[in-house]
Amino acid sequence: MPRAFTPKVITANRLLEGDAVWLTADDRWSPNMSEAELIEDEAVAQDRLIHAQSQPDHVVGAYLADAKAGENGPEPTHFRETFRTRGPSNYPHGKQAEI
Amino acid sequence: MYKYNDFDEAFVRERVSQFRAQVERRIDGSLTEDEFKPLRLMNGLYLQLHAYMLRVAIPYGTLSSRQMRQLGMIASRWDNGYGHFTTRQNIQYNWPKLKDVPDILEALADVEMHAIQTSGNTIRNVTSDHFAGAAQDEIRDPRPYAELLRQWSTDHAEFQFLPRKFKIAITGATHDRAVIRSHDIGIQIVERDGEIGFQVLAGGGLGRTPMIGQVVREFIPEADLLPYCEAIVSVYNLLGRRDNKYKARLKITVHETGIEEIRRMVEERFAEIRPHFTGVDQQILGEIQSHFAPPAYKDSDLSAYQAAYDDDPVFRAWVDTNVELHKRDDHGIVSISLKKPGATPGDATAHQMEVMANLAETYAYDELRISHEQNVILPHVNRADLPAIHAALKEADLAAANIGLVSDIIACPGMDYCALATARSIPVAQEIATRFEELKLAHEIGPMKIKISGCINACGHHHVGHIGILGLDRAGVENYQITLGGDGSEDAAIGTRTGPGFAYDEIVPAIERIMLKYLDLREDEGETFLQAYRRVGMEPFKEALYPEKAKQNAA
Repeated sequence: MPRAFTPKVITANRLLEGDAVWLTADDRWSPNMSEAELIEDEAVAQDRLIHAQSQPDHVVGAYLADAKAGENGPEPTHFRETFRTRGPSNYPHGKQAEI
Repeated sequence: MYKYNDFDEAFVRERVSQFRAQVERRIDGSLTEDEFKPLRLMNGLYLQLHAYMLRVAIPYGTLSSRQMRQLGMIASRWDNGYGHFTTRQNIQYNWPKLKDVPDILEALADVEMHAIQTSGNTIRNVTSDHFAGAAQDEIRDPRPYAELLRQWSTDHAEFQFLPRKFKIAITGATHDRAVIRSHDIGIQIVERDGEIGFQVLAGGGLGRTPMIGQVVREFIPEADLLPYCEAIVSVYNLLGRRDNKYKARLKITVHETGIEEIRRMVEERFAEIRPHFTGVDQQILGEIQSHFAPPAYKDSDLSAYQAAYDDDPVFRAWVDTNVELHKRDDHGIVSISLKKPGATPGDATAHQMEVMANLAETYAYDELRISHEQNVILPHVNRADLPAIHAALKEADLAAANIGLVSDIIACPGMDYCALATARSIPVAQEIATRFEELKLAHEIGPMKIKISGCINACGHHHVGHIGILGLDRAGVENYQITLGGDGSEDAAIGTRTGPGFAYDEIVPAIERIMLKYLDLREDEGETFLQAYRRVGMEPFKEALYPEKAKQNAA
């Protein structure tokens, strides 16, 4: 049996800045994961991913990342994605300094 | 130090202007990412977790003060005020913006530097002994040969699309500080009947399949260096597996083909191409060698140094730990530790780079080196100048006296930065160093090389750490495997896994248990961790690491 689909967000890095961004339901790229569109349906996820990958002037390397619904919006489920929402742990650089 | 000629200068400048145009075309949409990616990688530009990362080559780890100052300037003008020195003797900037990268490359070209072939399936930056030209145990300074290899391999038309990346290291000393046995080609300068030549090894490497390099030829004469290396790379280019990225390195080719057959093919290819090397390379080598003349060493009165050494225990501890014997008795080789306990291994701020540049200019004949152990070296220092250097380093927070000790840890950037990583390495290094600082055990433990990688690719050289730590992702949680008994020296050995891995919050206590066990079982203070491990083997350390398991076995 194929594995059940788990909720996803679409994420990428911005072409000019290189920082992590997430695709929102109203088609913006937000630096804040909580603003991302949480996608619960596999067909919709594929459709949205194609849409994301058709924006090479804005972002690089769009992919689907596992996520779950949280109090203030989608949250990561894997530690790699958690680091992408805030930045490195050795300096207060990246998103943790900006947001 | 090597000085660019007109050809080098024009080549590097042209590459900068090409890349500037490529970035413009990427930004205006005329290049897709698929088209642009190989172009940016050819110039050392990666896209990592949080930002772009620019890897700048430091050929054989050698820098002038002017170059070090410029690296600091770049860090403060276009990055977050610091740079990260790597185990490949390079520097990486973690926060550049795409549109600024051409300007950064231009600033590098201004001081005869570049980021060419720091990525991609090409021959990478040639690495060497960071004590080259200064070490007591050296037969010949390896850097002119490293520079010759750099010129030969840069933009070498035949070797721009190798099956995989290719790394060459060279040393001229009997004690291997350049880890040549874990490179695709390792070159050892040797002397035979008064003639200088090279012992050539091939097929070493770390990564997911660690291998120790094997001797291909015991002795090649000086004039055969380039054709012989070209023959090896050429055989690899033909045989290397392009069907599987994980089996594409030379070490796998040597392993699958067998060293005898590789040797036969290399010799055959060598015989074929040797006549085409008509001596131009030797003429170029001669010119290069003139750039590497030893500095005009100055004589000094050492009484003030001796007085400081006798009177100031902090200075004395630093000299004893961080200053190595130089080939001249009145000089020393100073290692500046970038490993203050709690700091990120290999990181230096723009200000610290400026301070180190000034020290090199004032006291060290204008030379600096970057070690694969992620420290900065002043290779030639008159001992009379050591007190002033130590005072300046203290002010810049660079005076940690811990070279070769438990807190002098190699760590790759790991998942704090790297897109390939499976776990963090930097915080593990920080916490181990901080813990042993609290315990005040560093000198008691003595020589100790801990090396940490945040994924199987082994940029942190964990396989050759006396204690190696490999961070993995086990079912969505960071998990750390420990290996013991690795050695990157002339007695190279791959470490052995202790057993099951440890969770993030268990790894520092686990390392502590290994150390306490070592202190408990060593024969005397003179027996190092590595010697003790070789004597007693894995079992006692396993018992210390997995007490529950040991109890079960005893029951």
